[in-house]
Amino acid sequence: MTQTINEAPTQAGAATGRPRPGVTGGPRAAVGTRFKDLLAALPWIGPAILLIFGVVLFPAVVMFYNSTRDISISGLDKGSVGFENYQTLFEFAPLGGIMVRTIVWVVAVVSITVILSLALAQLLNKAFPGRQLVRMAVIVPWAASVVMTTLVVYYGLEGFIGIINKFLVDINLIDEPYGWTKNAVSAFNWAIAIAVFVSLPFTTYTILAGLQTVPGDALEAAKMDGAGPARTYFNIVLPQLRAAISVAVLINIINVFNSLPILSVMTGSIPGYDADTIMTMIFKYIQTEHKIDVASALSVIAFLIVIVIVAVYVKLVKPMKEV
Amino acid sequence: MTAVVPAREAVRPRKRRYTTDQVSGGSVALRMVAGFVVFVIFIIPYLIMFFGSLKTKAEILSVEPTYFPTEFRLDNYLNMWSAPETPLVQNLISTIVISVFATLLVLFIALPAAYYTARFRFPGRMAFLFLVIVTQMLQPAVLTSGLFRQFSVLGIGDTWLAMILINAAFNLAFATWIMHSFFAGVPREVDEAAQIDGAGRLTVLFRINLPLVWPGIVTAIVFTFVACWNEFAASLVILSTAGNQPLSVALTKFVGQYSTSWHYVFGVSIVAIIPVILLFMLIEKRLVSGLTAGSVK
Repeated sequence: MTQTINEAPTQAGAATGRPRPGVTGGPRAAVGTRFKDLLAALPWIGPAILLIFGVVLFPAVVMFYNSTRDISISGLDKGSVGFENYQTLFEFAPLGGIMVRTIVWVVAVVSITVILSLALAQLLNKAFPGRQLVRMAVIVPWAASVVMTTLVVYYGLEGFIGIINKFLVDINLIDEPYGWTKNAVSAFNWAIAIAVFVSLPFTTYTILAGLQTVPGDALEAAKMDGAGPARTYFNIVLPQLRAAISVAVLINIINVFNSLPILSVMTGSIPGYDADTIMTMIFKYIQTEHKIDVASALSVIAFLIVIVIVAVYVKLVKPMKEV
Repeated sequence: MTAVVPAREAVRPRKRRYTTDQVSGGSVALRMVAGFVVFVIFIIPYLIMFFGSLKTKAEILSVEPTYFPTEFRLDNYLNMWSAPETPLVQNLISTIVISVFATLLVLFIALPAAYYTARFRFPGRMAFLFLVIVTQMLQPAVLTSGLFRQFSVLGIGDTWLAMILINAAFNLAFATWIMHSFFAGVPREVDEAAQIDGAGRLTVLFRINLPLVWPGIVTAIVFTFVACWNEFAASLVILSTAGNQPLSVALTKFVGQYSTSWHYVFGVSIVAIIPVILLFMLIEKRLVSGLTAGSVK
């Protein structure tokens, strides 16, 4: 890999058909070559840079800017207000609860998902007839629209017509149908369950990939030494899964933090802010209250949180180490 | 796309591992039971959806719910498109147009970038790849307020174009990264041999490299397409005209109605979900390499 990269500049020159002085060109030639190399690269990477700057980074700048402006409901910019939007936000009484709920949401969903996925991956890694079929079934919630998966659960939990309610009554878990989606706490808890359900496929597959890196002879040796399955798992398999688990945890944290559809379907019709997270609150500001300036301020806070998670990802997972 | 399946079949190891493991029949039976339970749990919401889509409105709204339809109303799949809540035919067209064009845009922009960064070193290469890594982790939801404002000011708010650009931009990094790792896996000698034979750079890319990295390209296309197909947060805010909205946004309008036509919601959901499930199953072996793009080996 390293060798490949070292050869690359020569390759670039050869491919453009441009005569090249070779490695003996000296420092002055190198500066000119570097610039030419950059120019040669632009047609290939330029469009990507343009799209990323125009539609990912520029909107972030717009968002920071708007968070310091006073923007009317109709979208008219009425000038700078400094940090007033942030002040409005911090004076908003339910914000504390929203922050706490965001942490509960992310921690609960990610930890339950990872624990269940460890067990699920263990099963799917074992050989048994029909395993391929089970693996395919596990993919389904990953491919399916989260909105549609949430809608079917929402229907199932409806007070009298819901099929999940009927099932819970039929197995005697509850005495009569309950309006799960009418109450902020129960709706939020069901939302956590749905978020776990849709996060399981990716997490399980990532851990499954990690399981392939566990050396067979280490397992064999443990067996020879008389280690039981539990000890083998905790002492040999689990340490080997560290990389896979850290990738799964970090990507899940990002996804769950950014998740909107589950909570917006499950708790969107509940009045008040007792089931909101940062993300659903941003969308309430944009859509129902039309306060794009305050929404931007909260988005900036959310964006900074995401950047911190991304930094941890880059530091911990080292995705750049192979390029 | 049809050529993909047999090739994949050929690669997949056919040998079943349980014949080589020394496990007792009892533990295999236990695994099968556990496997069956997992299978049922993962498909049950979609079974509820499917059976619900065949019920009559009276049955699905009945206070005595039924697990299975008492009569199978296949005509729901024809009638659902004229539901008054939202123009579903237009929503389906929107979903298709936005997903197809965003995926094409990603392909045309990410493929050259992935190829070039995997093959050639140039100043700024690491900076570019770092930019790709960081944007790969960003999602439209957190930037929606900025996107909404930017596209409104540009005068293309509430258009397909806006959502095509947004979907393309947020999936670009990911597709670039996947294809980059696949291109990096092709030995340089292959390129050099072609160049000695007098092939130009584009010929090397299209005639020599593409046939070798097609699994990476298919993976990138499928991931991008499915992500665009299911996108919700940005569409919810950017697209305000009912007819412009994709199905993911349109279907939420049924919720909270006095008597929701759940049988139609589920019929449309089934139609929308089946194609993407099939696409994901097509790349099942590469799902992980795709999503984590090489960070788990």
